[in-house]
Amino acid sequence: MNTADTTPATDTTHLTDTTHLTDTTHPSPPSPADTTGLDDNPYDLLAQDHDEGHRWAFGTGFADPLAGIDTSVPAGLDPHALARWCLALGDDALIYSHRLQQWVARLPELEEETAVANIALDLLGQARLLLARAGGIVGQTEDRLAFFREEKEFRSVRLAEHDDRDFAELVVRLLIFSTWRLALFEELSSAADPVLAAIAAKGVNELAYHRDYAARWVVRLGDGTPVSHAKTQTALDSLWPLVGELFRPDPDALATVDPAAFDAILDTVLATAGLDRPTVAALAPVGGRTGRDGVHTEAMGYILAELQSVARAHPDATW
Amino acid sequence: MTAVTELTDAYQVAASTPDPELPMLTIEDLGILRTVDYSPAGEDGGQVTVTITPTYSGCPAMREITADVHSRLIRAGFPHVTVNTQLAPPWTTDWITADGHRKLAASGIAPPTPAPGRSGPIPLTLTAPPAPTCPRCGSFDTRRTAEFSATACKSLYRCQACDEPFEGVKAL
Repeated sequence: MNTADTTPATDTTHLTDTTHLTDTTHPSPPSPADTTGLDDNPYDLLAQDHDEGHRWAFGTGFADPLAGIDTSVPAGLDPHALARWCLALGDDALIYSHRLQQWVARLPELEEETAVANIALDLLGQARLLLARAGGIVGQTEDRLAFFREEKEFRSVRLAEHDDRDFAELVVRLLIFSTWRLALFEELSSAADPVLAAIAAKGVNELAYHRDYAARWVVRLGDGTPVSHAKTQTALDSLWPLVGELFRPDPDALATVDPAAFDAILDTVLATAGLDRPTVAALAPVGGRTGRDGVHTEAMGYILAELQSVARAHPDATW
Repeated sequence: MTAVTELTDAYQVAASTPDPELPMLTIEDLGILRTVDYSPAGEDGGQVTVTITPTYSGCPAMREITADVHSRLIRAGFPHVTVNTQLAPPWTTDWITADGHRKLAASGIAPPTPAPGRSGPIPLTLTAPPAPTCPRCGSFDTRRTAEFSATACKSLYRCQACDEPFEGVKAL
């Protein structure tokens, strides 16, 4: 984003006239006179960055999250491998964030509402940075990558798309995911790509909060009543098959997680919670392929339908 | 004006921008203003480049701050303004100034405790970290009621002495 560009009202990329949205094949940009005339759709003016940056409401308008950052790829790195890896990490965060957003307004306590919404927001922020990093290399915008790719192009691990059946699954899955992602981001904060390293270093502090929040709930539920203990053990058993995929070798990876480091955290939490570490087998790849290869579970199609429907119905819309 | 005066003025204008979610603080108090540069080229005024850093990856206030810094500088007579983002090193609450701490406490928000020093793997914390003193009555007898709050940067607490709930900035 170039904030020095105080876009005049004639810039059609800032217009969201609904008549344009319903007929996207004929965007028919209005003439300059239209944008100041009395017949204007008032929403056109509201959506614009006018009057030198003053806008009509908090949070409207999106800008490049990597504005002003040197995004050249260092010599010695394969740009396409870097883009694929950033896309994989960004997709994990985007899909996981969406799953958490679906919990909002369904959680048992207001405190958990704010917690889950905050975690979803952090992951969405990480997704935006990572998709912007990947998109900058392959010449796509973050929105294009989020809203206009097909299921088989999404590289998220299958753990990210799992539909939590209850609060126990929510916190157990969050413990597994954030423990793994925190360990990965700690390694990535010294990655060869300085942009990815900076994104990871920023994410580390956030993920530490997510992991510890989830861990405290797993302990509270596992060490709670017989009912909460049983539900948490059931959640652990049903999610465990999705753990193996997190440790599959990835030729594009710029860092890996030491399984022993992951186990050390998980075993500490499970021991404190009085839960048994499952011994079930990992969910098998399909023809040797998993989420990173674009092979997802049935749940993924429903997520994308919800996540992408508005953008696909109104491909010229801005927000 | 000399370029030095212009730079000082531009810095003052940018630094006085309030944070939209903690409006008692300026972006300078919050430690998210990294640099302000001024280059005197151009017939109608020089180029001001402001660099800010996000608090959290998903902080929605970044967009507001960018727009606000931009419009303030334009109104102050700097026609060419660019606002850039800087990610590394990541923002920490240790960068909130002493003035910022004072303003937070005066508004009933507990300032952050020192950020945990980080070297090696981040240890798991299964117990609640020490709670800050009550910004209303000063009691140490407080407890955290929620790790997260209405904005990304705060937690919720309750004072056992005066029985008032209060927000505190998370140490990060």
